[in-house]
Order: sequence, then C-alpha cells, then structure tokens
Amino acid sequence: MNHVALVTEPIDVAALLARVSSPTVGAVVSFLGTVRNVNNNRVVTGIEYSAYEEMAQREMRAIVAEAAANVENVPPTIAIEHRLGELSLGDVSVAIAVSHPHRAPALDACRYVIEELKKRVPIWKREHYADGTRAWVDNRNSVAMPEVIH
Amino acid sequence: MRVGLRLFASYADAIGTRSLDVTLSDGATVRDALAYVRALPGADGLAPAPLIAVNAEYAPLDRRLSAGDEVALIPPVAGG
Repeated sequence: MNHVALVTEPIDVAALLARVSSPTVGAVVSFLGTVRNVNNNRVVTGIEYSAYEEMAQREMRAIVAEAAANVENVPPTIAIEHRLGELSLGDVSVAIAVSHPHRAPALDACRYVIEELKKRVPIWKREHYADGTRAWVDNRNSVAMPEVIH
Repeated sequence: MRVGLRLFASYADAIGTRSLDVTLSDGATVRDALAYVRALPGADGLAPAPLIAVNAEYAPLDRRLSAGDEVALIPPVAGG
C-alpha cells in the first residue's frame, strides 16, 4: 500500500522497504537522501528541516498518484518518508521505496518522485556551518541565502 | 473578511512571525493578500514573486479568497 509521512525520528529504511515488498513484485527500488558535509564550498555540520506539514503531505500524495498514472497497467507501490528537525551528517533526510513487478517502472517512478519532491513539496532546510553561521537553502540553484538578522 | 496568513522558513524570519490574522475586503484575491504582506516590515526578505498556497494548495495570484481561507507564502523549497 502507498505510504507518505513526515517523521521526526530516524527513518527506518528496512520498515519502509517492507511496506512495498510483496510476492507479486519483482523489483524493489530505494532512494535515500542524506546530509552531506559540504555545500557550495562551505563546510556543513548539520541541517534543520521544517515543513508546511499539511501541504507537504498533500503534495507528496499527489506526486505518488502522478507516478502511478505514468505507468501503464500495474501501478507501482510507493512509500515516502521525509524527516524534519535537526539532522546530523550522514543522517537520512528522505527515503523513497518503490516496488513493481518489473524494474523499469520501479526505477522510473522512484526518479520521478524524488525530482518532483525537490521541486514542489513545501519543505525547507537551514544549513549549519562549521563557522557557526546558518543559512536557508534553495533547491532551484542550491545557493544558500544569508540569514536575515534583526 | 478575515483570512489567515502563514509564513515559513526564511519568510517567517524576515517578517518576524509565522502566522497573522488579517482583514481583507470582500472579493480580495491572492494578489491582495500578497500586497498586505509586502507592506509589512521585513518584506524585502521575500522573493520577487513568491509562490502562494491557499488552503494547502498552490494558487494563482488572481484566485479569489473566501473568509476563513488559509493563505501561505511558500519560500523556495529545499526538501530532499
């Protein structure tokens, strides 16, 4: 069954894969987004994620429906979890699991989901840097905007 | 009519609040709600053409608002 969630605890990737696994599928694809230690040549020490939660869940459900509609005949089964709150280097920020009887639709749907998620799901991240500063990040150009100080 | 405004992330920091209850004239559109926010101190921290959602769905500037609608300004997203 399809599944979409925003979570504050570490994502249980094995449990997410189990959600889409069944004897009827021949392919299970996963994508994990993780917190990287550098962005735009700045040393990143952590990331803080926040969301417009109601809308983010709605957009993720819409993306799942679109990914299913892109496939003829049997729709893929899709599970997405995005983590919110303070994350450390290497932590999984987003996990996507997709299953299908065949690999090509599963791979295509997984790619579709992560690309659309990054474009339109209202989730924001503020990077924390080694020099003690923080900045909001924009996915369109991945350039950090300096924090407004009042 | 009363509508709720919600601000997030960099926009909440710029304006200094996460939510506002505002009065707009009947027949007001998303454009009018945006103009209200643009007149607030700190609005120079908004994008030139910010994305807007009404009741948790992206909406165009000419969308008519109804009393009780929740209008959200959506900063550039950064999920993933």
